[in-house]
Amino acid sequence: MTRELQAKEKQELAASGEQTKPGPVFIPAADIFETDKAIVLLADIPGVKTKDLNIDLRDNTLTLEGEISPFEGADESAVLTEYDVGKYFRQFTLSEVIDQSKIDAKLTDGVLRLTLPKVEKATPRKISVTAG
Amino acid sequence: MIMRRLFDTPAWRPNLLEELEQMRQRISRFYEEPGKTTRRAGVFPLINVTENKESYFIRAELPGMKADEIDISATADSLALSGERKIPDEDKNVNYHRRERESGKFSRMFSLPSPIDASKAEAKMTDGILTVILPKAESAKPRQIAIR
Repeated sequence: MTRELQAKEKQELAASGEQTKPGPVFIPAADIFETDKAIVLLADIPGVKTKDLNIDLRDNTLTLEGEISPFEGADESAVLTEYDVGKYFRQFTLSEVIDQSKIDAKLTDGVLRLTLPKVEKATPRKISVTAG
Repeated sequence: MIMRRLFDTPAWRPNLLEELEQMRQRISRFYEEPGKTTRRAGVFPLINVTENKESYFIRAELPGMKADEIDISATADSLALSGERKIPDEDKNVNYHRRERESGKFSRMFSLPSPIDASKAEAKMTDGILTVILPKAESAKPRQIAIR
């Protein structure tokens, strides 16, 4: 079954007062799923180049930040503007412990795919108590 | 209380129309920045159109789509975009926490403000943004008139 895609306005970040740079900030649409071994996050960030994307993970908080460099020619003037262009920002709190050294991020055609492997759980050790 | 207030309001105020007009202007100023027309068509994909002397530039955000997945056709005064955005299925054993990205078909057509040369139209996809460049027809280009 295929649905018709509906036009959606981009969701603007409410706490824009915290941004130091002017301009709109949008929350990218994201899919998050989990497997036994990893948490995978997909985010739509059209217009962001690899070098302008910052991914940061500290204290269980994952931060995605994508800057947009202007792609319009200087001599172009607007005829019709249906969507706004601006940077992307989104934060997630992770409950699982992530193996930081194995994080994998790929950016293809404006879609980020971030694989966050879970730390392999330490095998439970049995402590035997001997009567003294 | 409410009744009294209703009846106390004069039915006609001489400057009511003027007040309404001022209000309308204030509202439209709020929505429109000067020199920028904002119209929400509500049809996917949302597009931005810009122009320079030579061409029109139509841009749309289509993350995850490849150039060959979009059908673009242009006539002398219109452009049609259609296609299907697919989100590849993941492994069966995954457990979704969030699903915000949408897939589906789309088709959109719009007319251009002035005639274009459809045979010279170009399109490219960069980082999930589609750009269609439509050169203006010779007759629609602004012409510099030399004064002798």
